[in-house]
Amino acid sequence: MPVQMNRRDLLVKIGLLFNGVVGVLIGMPIVRYLLSPLARAAHGESGGAWLSLGSTDDYPSGETRLATFRNPVVTPTDGETANVACWVRRIDAENFQVFAVNCAHLGCPVRWFPQSGLFMCPCHGGAYYSDGRRASGPPERGLFEYPYRVDGRQLLIKAGEMPTPGTSAARNDGRSPCA
Amino acid sequence: MRVIATVAAWLDARLQIEAPVLGVVQHPVPSRTASWAYVFGSAAITAFALQVLTGILLALLYVPSAAEAWNSLQALNHDVAFGWFIRALHGWGSNFMLAIVLLHMVQVVLFGAYKFPRELTWIVGVLLLLVTLGMAFTGQVLRFDQDAYWGLGIGASIASRVPIIGSKVVALMLGGPIIAGATLSRFFALHVFVVPGLLISFVAVHVLLVLNLGINEWPMPGRIVRRDTYMREYHDLTHAHGVPFVPGAVGKDLVFSAFIVAAIAACAYVLGPFGPAGQPDPTIIQTAPKPDYFFLWLYALLSFLPPAAETPILLIAPPLIIVGLLVLPFVAGEGEKSWRRRPVAVLTILLVAVTLGTLTHLGTHTPWSPVMDAWSGAPVPTAQLTRRSALERRGALVFQSKQCRNCHSLGNSGGQRGPALDAVAVRLTEDQLTRQVIQGDGNMPAYGKNLTPAEATALVAFLETLHPRDELPARDASRTP
Repeated sequence: MPVQMNRRDLLVKIGLLFNGVVGVLIGMPIVRYLLSPLARAAHGESGGAWLSLGSTDDYPSGETRLATFRNPVVTPTDGETANVACWVRRIDAENFQVFAVNCAHLGCPVRWFPQSGLFMCPCHGGAYYSDGRRASGPPERGLFEYPYRVDGRQLLIKAGEMPTPGTSAARNDGRSPCA
Repeated sequence: MRVIATVAAWLDARLQIEAPVLGVVQHPVPSRTASWAYVFGSAAITAFALQVLTGILLALLYVPSAAEAWNSLQALNHDVAFGWFIRALHGWGSNFMLAIVLLHMVQVVLFGAYKFPRELTWIVGVLLLLVTLGMAFTGQVLRFDQDAYWGLGIGASIASRVPIIGSKVVALMLGGPIIAGATLSRFFALHVFVVPGLLISFVAVHVLLVLNLGINEWPMPGRIVRRDTYMREYHDLTHAHGVPFVPGAVGKDLVFSAFIVAAIAACAYVLGPFGPAGQPDPTIIQTAPKPDYFFLWLYALLSFLPPAAETPILLIAPPLIIVGLLVLPFVAGEGEKSWRRRPVAVLTILLVAVTLGTLTHLGTHTPWSPVMDAWSGAPVPTAQLTRRSALERRGALVFQSKQCRNCHSLGNSGGQRGPALDAVAVRLTEDQLTRQVIQGDGNMPAYGKNLTPAEATALVAFLETLHPRDELPARDASRTP
């Protein structure tokens, strides 16, 4: 039996098809737009530029001090949220450790207590030793570390994204100072 | 009056809505449902309407930019006539709305209202609970202060634990590699467009279902729900013994809704707006972030779960709970509706309420958190320093200066992360104390590297004095004759 199709049915089918095509056409840019944070984050993750934390003279040997930097991936409306803090521990003349302030448990800012040589987290009581190792509490690992290098008298770190248990910062234990 | 009637008649000749509207408002309901137990649904809608109104008012002045949001909240609080009051209404309104939604849910469970034929009403209700929680979380972010900033960090840390795609989920949540401008903008879009859109749609379906299926009747012990007879029985109940919703049952809804708005306004006027707390500057780390009260239970739970179980429980439990709620009407869709014959339902509600209440209470007091300034702010009680040797007093100094006090209390002040030490000498011998201090154990860090031998000796000497007058300190039996 030959397929019967009048002009109205055909027009409905063409109309539906046309709408589908137009939908896909504008859908693709919309999906790309929605996924754009992935590209920005990837930039922060891998591109993550080398940033200066100032002169190494600012960090006396044997001490741990708070340093701040401006995140390399920013937008014009970030304001002060693009400023990031980190703990710089100078072990001796050449060796440093640069820790993220974010607790490895849930990201709250840890505070350094030089007298007891511990980092303590105010949220759920995680504690870390001076070298960033886990001391007690709910964190499953030590503090996140930024890779660093010393260029002349400048202390540089590689940073760009907020470290969380699932991001690349978690894989980068900072154990090998890439000087 | 005649003018109004004429205009109304003119409009209705075109709109033709008088008959359907009358049909809705005068639909018959079982007479016993004209009860104070049936007022929570309408009160939730009233609270939501107030949220929409105050939300629009706030949006007139709020700036959803990471650089400006905090300043615009300060301006609302201090520079705009009654800006503080509108903020307070919105904040208290959200607390009330969530509380009413939960009460509504408890009533629905106790009255068996989710049973046949109201399964879909229940499912949409569960979705409404989820989007209401979504409004609460996204709203907390828009109060862009320290707590909001670090709360996002907590959310990102949880999201990052999703296997394989964790880092991508975080990037999509934050809108980039860090919590910054893009993060606030997307939470603003969620809070103002996306989630309210879902909420309004779900409310529409929810109310439509209530109208079409009828309000749940007052449950009577022994009146069993059966799929083949229920519709006829309900029809009898409403048509033979029912009353029209207006004016038969609407009175209590009206009174309770007005009471809720009055209560929100009273709280807002007397207690004021929430925050904003400190500026959202990530370089200010002297902060102890905490979520708003409705997520405190989760915050508390996260400190009690064993570290290794945390990630699986965080990722598996929420979907299980949601699926459990969604399938409830299919598991228990028939049978008794009365709470008098449904002990499991009653006990479940009590268990959930006690659990959430206890966790919320703990979340308010956070006994697991070190008290960050106890070492410098809480002096050693005088009684524990009198008639002590020089070595023991030196030990008390070490005790304070090494921040022991941040986790251990003396005389009820100090942290509660570790045990109170007022009677520690009764529990541990001198050797055990030394070992515990030097090597740490359980949940205590090892202090070996941060105490000189002299400091350790002094500290243990001081700890040895911490025992009640009438209880001797513990002694090693193998050493004492």
